[in-house]
Amino acid sequence: MSSRRSRQSSAGVSRISDDQIIELVSKLRQLLPEIRDRRSDKVSASKVLQETCNYIRSLHREVDDLSERLSQLLATIDADSAEAAIIRSLIM
Amino acid sequence: MDLQNLNPSSLKSRFTARFLRALTEINAPKTISSSSPREIFQRYRRIKVAADKSMAYSVRSRRIWSRATLWRLRTRSRSRRLVSFGRRASVKTRTTASHGKENKEHHGAVLGVQAEELRELVPGGEAMDLCNLLDETAHYIKCLTTQGFCVYMGGLLCEGCC
Repeated sequence: MSSRRSRQSSAGVSRISDDQIIELVSKLRQLLPEIRDRRSDKVSASKVLQETCNYIRSLHREVDDLSERLSQLLATIDADSAEAAIIRSLIM
Repeated sequence: MDLQNLNPSSLKSRFTARFLRALTEINAPKTISSSSPREIFQRYRRIKVAADKSMAYSVRSRRIWSRATLWRLRTRSRSRRLVSFGRRASVKTRTTASHGKENKEHHGAVLGVQAEELRELVPGGEAMDLCNLLDETAHYIKCLTTQGFCVYMGGLLCEGCC
């Protein structure tokens, strides 16, 4: 992958090719649950980027919600219980 | 879930192990009455930091976004009041040349607006050229899903302890 990265000359002129962009955008598209399954190849790069932004925001929200749930669960566990000791020994 | 059957060198394993270890250090109160909303909120913040730290340390400096996250976490721990919370890295990373705004070629110009939005979501995005931005975003998304998995696992373990 790194051999196909564009090299930037010192004058600041980029040699990023359109093909590279197209390839990277299509790689991104494969990660998006909303549009990767669509048959049509005609999803614009613009749409892919828009969906990517939406997807990242939804992932952030999901982590937030899970963290909030976890913070409440931590309030209910008994840190001295046998189960907690077992788990501690598993992950240390 | 059998922790011993995970491939120990995979990103998911490293990430999960780090995060769960960090969780044990986030103090759990011994009595239910001591978990005020404020304490729960503080624990929530520490969980978020632990999740971001675990994620960034599992990737280390191999990625622009992870370097940006590590930088932000270190700066934040030195001075909590001066650095704003949130996922945006506010300082340029010492990485590839920051030609981000000058690379508006044919494709760059067309994708310009969406790319700006994306730059704000990916740590260190402001300093990346379009190629790097797209590549980093793909990796960042994979890590975010792993992060969600880890926090979820933490919840399952807690339920096992109740």
